[in-house]
Amino acid sequence: MSHSSPPPRSETEHVPATGLVARAAALVSERPTIALSGTLVILVIVTGIIEPNYLAVSGVRNTLLQAAPLGILAGAQTILMLTGGIDLSVTMVATASAYVAANQSPSGAAVAILLGVVVGLVVGSANGVGVAVFRVNPLIMTLAMSGILLGLFTAWAQTILKGSTQVGPFIKLIGAGSFLGNRIPYSVVVWAVIAAALIWLLRRTGWGRLLYAIGDNEIAVRLAGVRVWQVRITAYIAAGVLGSIGGILLGGRTGAVDLQLANAFLLPSVAAAVIGGTSIFGGVGGYAGTILGALILSVLNSMLTFLNVGQAIQQVVYGAIVLALAWGYAGLTRRA
Amino acid sequence: MTASRPLLETVNIAKSYGSVVALEAADFAVRRGEIHALLGANGAGKSTLVKILAGVHLADSGELFVDGTPMQFHAPVDAMAVGIGTVFQDPALIPDLTLKQNLQLSEIDEPAFVSWLGWFDLGQLDLDALVHELPLETLRVVDLARALARDPQVLLLDEITAALTADQAERVFALLAHWKELGRAGVLITHRLAEVLRICDRATILRDGRNVALFEPGKEADASNGSSTGTMQDVGEHELVEAMLGAEVREERFEESGSETSASEVRSIADEIAFAARGLSSGEVVRDISFEVRRGEILGLVALEGQGQERLFSLLSGDRRPTAGEIQVGGAQRGWGGPYDAVSDGVVLIPGDRLLSLLPNLPVRQNLVVPLFNRIREWLRIPQDERKRVLNAIDRLSIDTRAASQVRRLSGGNQQKIAIGRWLVAGFRTLLCFDPTRGIDVQTKREIYALLRELAGNGAAILLYTSELAEIQLVCDRVLVMHDGRIVDEQEAARATESTLLTAAHGLEAAV
Repeated sequence: MSHSSPPPRSETEHVPATGLVARAAALVSERPTIALSGTLVILVIVTGIIEPNYLAVSGVRNTLLQAAPLGILAGAQTILMLTGGIDLSVTMVATASAYVAANQSPSGAAVAILLGVVVGLVVGSANGVGVAVFRVNPLIMTLAMSGILLGLFTAWAQTILKGSTQVGPFIKLIGAGSFLGNRIPYSVVVWAVIAAALIWLLRRTGWGRLLYAIGDNEIAVRLAGVRVWQVRITAYIAAGVLGSIGGILLGGRTGAVDLQLANAFLLPSVAAAVIGGTSIFGGVGGYAGTILGALILSVLNSMLTFLNVGQAIQQVVYGAIVLALAWGYAGLTRRA
Repeated sequence: MTASRPLLETVNIAKSYGSVVALEAADFAVRRGEIHALLGANGAGKSTLVKILAGVHLADSGELFVDGTPMQFHAPVDAMAVGIGTVFQDPALIPDLTLKQNLQLSEIDEPAFVSWLGWFDLGQLDLDALVHELPLETLRVVDLARALARDPQVLLLDEITAALTADQAERVFALLAHWKELGRAGVLITHRLAEVLRICDRATILRDGRNVALFEPGKEADASNGSSTGTMQDVGEHELVEAMLGAEVREERFEESGSETSASEVRSIADEIAFAARGLSSGEVVRDISFEVRRGEILGLVALEGQGQERLFSLLSGDRRPTAGEIQVGGAQRGWGGPYDAVSDGVVLIPGDRLLSLLPNLPVRQNLVVPLFNRIREWLRIPQDERKRVLNAIDRLSIDTRAASQVRRLSGGNQQKIAIGRWLVAGFRTLLCFDPTRGIDVQTKREIYALLRELAGNGAAILLYTSELAEIQLVCDRVLVMHDGRIVDEQEAARATESTLLTAAHGLEAAV
């Protein structure tokens, strides 16, 4: 009795391409990467017009120094959002890792970085067990974890973590230094390696396939014989480790750490993934888009700084972008 | 007799859900002073018709009359306002609220409600009890008393007696008789044909979304002496069953063709028991079920709706642990913690609901490969032959891949093929199929039958639950009949007719 469904049509046939908005929407849904790259170029040019010095080497470098940690934290969100989850503790993990790394810096860079990453491993595992085994809602689990971490580290800063809040010279170098005549920051190299690994994981491994599958229909994946909890826990662990690395880079960039280090990155980390086309509801998206999202937000940040817009207003802008995109993408999916 | 308009009447009512046609054209009329049975096999459209009459769904087309006045119900309150009281198949109460709160939500007159409870000896029921603490049969009575408290003209009762004790069922029948005397009407939807014969005056049979027969035993008597003396007793149970099934279209049996296994091989694997259940139970829903499936065999399972078959399949696929009994694979007892363990043992499930098998927003390929990555050690790579295996499965099932980028755009038949294809890609030894041909077109059905025979021919053991009885003779070797959580009958598929199956499925002794 069933009819075969009509052959798939491109978005343009559904959306009458009359208004500029409709045309833009069609472009975004058909060629997201091109649309995002276009947006990025336009933003760079506009920023260059506002502040001609921006297009010089140092301006771009500053943007990249900002984009690298953001892109890495947004990588954590991308992985989790693909599974239908989210990590609101990622910035607290980043802060905590940087704090531990700074504290341990007198023991040498290797130990400092290693112990910093251990923080991410432990917190990520706890988040993963909470969400996957005890079925706590990801928002609640990671929000609570963020509160717990803040409390613990506030207490520990006076006790067991008393001491250095300055990161060692090696961490400073990879966080803030650059090479090739001061053009390319080391942190961008770290980001590039992580980006390549993430894109490979998401596109060319079974684990990546399962992340998308779980985000789309967890029950079906379970009935297909996958132990979903394993996938979820490993995803939260990966997110925790990415949070640590992002945090250590941030710590290196600022040189000294405090417990507010990565606070301002929470909303942008989600925003970068959403701008890049990863759905908050899971199953749709990828890291390439997130990279562009992180770059767009960083350029936007530079632009707002040149316009003398304060941190508070920047947060308003990020919030507005996330809302507008969530609404816009919801509209696109409904039409599809 | 005055030819007054019926109390409740539908003309040419049609309703589709997406591409699934639930009702094609249904005429149904209830007179004052009668109890009317609405009968039909699974999926005939009974519940859809009830939902339209109750104002839950709006019909796509067709007309609805109450006392001769055309009506359109946009919400359940519209139906209640004109005197239609409905008791649905599932309790329509909010579990976390008390009875009193539920009554307040639906603006029910409490004294009237309590007095109706008294009719069922539940007058002492604590109205401050939380709904989820009450047993199912009490909730059914609560639902009924709630409908009665509105003093309806027509009572629509969807499977009301299924959850009631025999004693309570008798009271429902007494109530219906009383309703009849008041010059009102009742509509009874039930699988229990004995009830229909005993208490109903007329019966309308639905099949494939159409009304195909109206049993009106009093009619001839009417014509001769003007009094309605005929009862449904004059109609045989088997006549009703035949009407539900319709004219039987005989099709040739599907035999395995092109299977590479030689006759001797078939014989050697035929004795090997691939999969067995021993005394499998799950609460009161599945009770003490034992059976075995041999390699190369397709074992059919037949049951009316809600006899515990869903639960049985979730036990067999490792999705749920039995409360008693065991599952054996290749003769060894297995204690599964989840579907993962079942799949590792080669026991795989094709769920009845495609919402349980598909990844709707992902491409065909991603849908097919999921089980390839069940083990952690397979996570960091993709098998060299992934593409080949996927193309193979697409080819073997002739999946239409024009809309391959998102499987939700595929037709129901193609979606079902993907649910099956997943296991062709991953491999299996025992296949559990839950109603794999529900809601799909004839051509695809035939392809699926042929595929199942071919898989069995290659040594797979297959358990096939189906709501389409005609499939049993076409594809199965043996068939089990399930009723009220138990296996009540086993028949040779070749000799199992739809009427012997349906008789057994109603929990009746076969007519000799």
